[in-house]
Amino acid sequence: MKAATTTGRIHSWDLSTGVDGPGTRFVLFVNGCPLRCLYCANPDTWHMRDGREATVDEVMAEIEKYRPFITTAGGGVTITGGEPLLQPAFTGAVLRRCREVGLHTALDTSGFLGARATDDLLADTDLVLLDIKSFDTNTYRKLTGGTLAPTLNFATRLDRLGKRMWIRYVLVPGWTDDPEAVDGLARFVAGLAAVDRVDILPFHKLGAAKYEALGLPFPLRDTPSPAPDLVRRVRDQFRARGVNAC
Amino acid sequence: MTATVTVGGLTAKAWRGFVGTRWHERIDVRDFVQANYTPYEGDASFLAGPTERTRAVWHRVSALFPEERRKGILDVDVATPSTITSHAPGYIDRERELIVGLQTDAPLKRAIMPNGGLRMVENGLGAYGYTPDPFVTKVFGTYRKTHNDGVFDAYTPEMRAARKAGIITGLPDAYGRGRIIGDYRRVALYGTDRLIEAKRAERALLDTEPSTEHVIRDREELAEQIRALGELGRMAATYGCDVSRPAATAHEAVQWLYLGYLAAVKEQNGAAMSLGRTSTFLDVYLQRDLDEGTIDETRAQELIDDFVIKLRIVRFLRTPEYDALFSGDPTWVTESIGGMGLDGRTLVSRTSFRFLQTLYNLGPAPEPNLTALWSPRLPVGFKEFCARVSIDTSAVQYESDELTRPRTGDDTAIACCVSAMAVGRQMQFFGARVNLAKALLYAINGGRDELTGEQVAPETAALTGEYLNYGELSTAYDRMLDWLARTYVDALNVIHCMHDKYAYERIEMALHDHPVHRFMACGIAGLSVAADSLSAVKYARVKVIRDSTGLAVDYVVEGDYPAYGNNDDRADALAVGLVESFMAKVRKHPTYRNAEHTQSVLTITSNVVYGKHTGNTPDGRRAGQPFAPGANPMNGRDRHGVAASALSVAKLPYEQARDGISLTTTITPEGLGHRPEERPCHLVGILDAYMASGGFHMNVNVLDRATLEDAMEHPEKYPDLTIRVSGYAVNFVRLTREQQLDVISRTFHGSL
Repeated sequence: MKAATTTGRIHSWDLSTGVDGPGTRFVLFVNGCPLRCLYCANPDTWHMRDGREATVDEVMAEIEKYRPFITTAGGGVTITGGEPLLQPAFTGAVLRRCREVGLHTALDTSGFLGARATDDLLADTDLVLLDIKSFDTNTYRKLTGGTLAPTLNFATRLDRLGKRMWIRYVLVPGWTDDPEAVDGLARFVAGLAAVDRVDILPFHKLGAAKYEALGLPFPLRDTPSPAPDLVRRVRDQFRARGVNAC
Repeated sequence: MTATVTVGGLTAKAWRGFVGTRWHERIDVRDFVQANYTPYEGDASFLAGPTERTRAVWHRVSALFPEERRKGILDVDVATPSTITSHAPGYIDRERELIVGLQTDAPLKRAIMPNGGLRMVENGLGAYGYTPDPFVTKVFGTYRKTHNDGVFDAYTPEMRAARKAGIITGLPDAYGRGRIIGDYRRVALYGTDRLIEAKRAERALLDTEPSTEHVIRDREELAEQIRALGELGRMAATYGCDVSRPAATAHEAVQWLYLGYLAAVKEQNGAAMSLGRTSTFLDVYLQRDLDEGTIDETRAQELIDDFVIKLRIVRFLRTPEYDALFSGDPTWVTESIGGMGLDGRTLVSRTSFRFLQTLYNLGPAPEPNLTALWSPRLPVGFKEFCARVSIDTSAVQYESDELTRPRTGDDTAIACCVSAMAVGRQMQFFGARVNLAKALLYAINGGRDELTGEQVAPETAALTGEYLNYGELSTAYDRMLDWLARTYVDALNVIHCMHDKYAYERIEMALHDHPVHRFMACGIAGLSVAADSLSAVKYARVKVIRDSTGLAVDYVVEGDYPAYGNNDDRADALAVGLVESFMAKVRKHPTYRNAEHTQSVLTITSNVVYGKHTGNTPDGRRAGQPFAPGANPMNGRDRHGVAASALSVAKLPYEQARDGISLTTTITPEGLGHRPEERPCHLVGILDAYMASGGFHMNVNVLDRATLEDAMEHPEKYPDLTIRVSGYAVNFVRLTREQQLDVISRTFHGSL
């Protein structure tokens, strides 16, 4: 197999606990993303050209150093970005190798390029963290520059395959807090048997400094983080539809 | 020792139901615990909350804290040098207290202990507006020499210069050395009559030896130990307790043990006055009373709560300089909890849980310094409870039972922050630490101080290139560390000789075996600055800026270098190399009383002061900027999260730093998981993985930056906010502003 020589453009790696899938996880950030979400916290991962080239072997060697941390408490490896499905061969190769060495695998994606995920790639993926940015097609386009349909198609496909999913929903005041759109999403998610949970992620501005460093304007500079009451309301909307949301 | 045992009368009653024989024949608390304790593998659901009585007693004394915080000290007896028997009994609330005994005749009233040094007492009093008592000044200025006087009689000019320049710092040459743990359990298990008998037997063996200097000193010390045990008995009697006999109930066991500890803190103002490993010992008594039906869980918890109230109000008179080093008025009443036995049973008992429960029943507090001896093999219920308490209170520290048990056994306790010792069998000579970062600058400057320009170390050739050359620098640094290790161990020998002579820990040593195993506990500070500086020189280019006298005063780093704290072997190997090489250098020098050489990588809060006294360093750190605490990577240079940072620290070899390697981490709540109910399990995973990777110590704070910033602005809103800093816990609002800023600037591992 060509995995050893497959290369990808990566931004960095990190270890995180309980946010990018279960347990403590090795999180690989790849470069390049087709969307331009207004609240993006990682503008430094937008372009593939900004990443550094890394081989699958290199990535696996780094992951191996953290085996004790990621194997206790049910952790594993998460590939995020950027958009991992912009580099499906590399992403697929890393997922395969992780699977071979017995590590739990997660793919964090917007689903916009879901069609590029082969059945083989998904077979090597234990969990998909599916970011649904909005359930309103107009808002989705304004917020991300892309279209919503591919994500919903991908979610349906994953459900059909019985692939476990965590839905991630970034709550941005004035953008993704519309009760009707939230309810629409809640109903959609409630219909997907393979969804284990929905994580409502309050919008934050921790990426603002990166925009400054890149000389880019941060579009949501003046948008506040959601108040606890709003977070609760949205959470309860999901729960009212029988969705495990937090 | 082979003292005869008469198990009759009161002793038989006290020991009813206990099994085992070895501990009958000799003083051996570990054997007693092993033969009689009940391991507990369940969860926390059995625990009881605070009673009205507990709340009332705690309220009575905690109501005094705001005034104490405002004034610095609440009150002090300026006229009575403290001894075990110097003060009349004192109470918080005589009607309601279950466990009695205070250091003086009133709660939070401090005592003076001039044996350590008269000037420390006078400065301590002066700082809070008190006038020294003329009689005390006369006695200790004229008739009675102090430890401090003795040390300065024997210091060499070189030692004084190194001390003044701050390359060797925090030496216990003017204050009590501490870090000695009396086996206070012995008082409860045996009573003082039996302990005196055993000490007499030890002494009798020496009477047949020729009277050499060593034997004479040992005989005199044993005589003092026996005297101190007698004083403990008299002090206890003033509280209506007959500790000459063994404790017969759980209530008495807690009380006797506490009185033993109280005698120690009446006699010594030690830098750390740690308690030992008492919870599972006390559990034997609590379990017996529970089985006999004389107490219930509520009462069992009350006894521990009341004991902990007493431990929370231990106070010493100290100087502002001391507080700048070790802020928050710490006493390091360290209690080691949990761990696994050599036979594979867990040493966790219900009382291990009860100690942790005090953080809920009384609210979070820095003392006692609750220390979980961690093993991945610990029962799940205990692990999760520890993690939950950490997340809720940030008041627990963790040390590797897997590293200590094979070396110091399964009756190990932690002294101070990270110093492992077999209780009652081993003690240490506390040696503070040397500044490795400053030593690197001395190597560059040929032994001249980078701030004053003074020649402190012997003159060597300064490095003169425009850029630092790694080969030249490491050779010069190695030579500089040779000098530093020699001067350091020499100074420690002087200090501990004089401490034994003028401020001997009579009661603490009476609760040790004779002969005792001694460690010479050296220490290093500035490890990450030194390692990163070497890395910068090796992997980037470092240009030297010199002043008109040729003194290197600043550095320009050109390019990137791998920093310690990212699990990158290139940088981490440099840190490992420094630990190994300094330990090897220390070992070359003979120690006072043949103490076994050890070292720690620990700074407590003194990383701020060391940083203040150290110039610009080749890693890009600016002059005056704090060092990272303990073995931590430099703030902000660990960029891959808590696991990478922890794995770098875990590479430091414990065998070459047997006095402990300290890592302080701060994790945001979200960094432990999006869902609160998952966080304890995730924290357990991090601790398991760290210890399984060879990590020794981890302080865990679960806090966000915003909380700390708010606490700086509105301290009145956060009287209980406890955080862990390098081996101990403090009230955040009691730190100096500089230390608060340092804590806030530390890397928060979140979910960015």
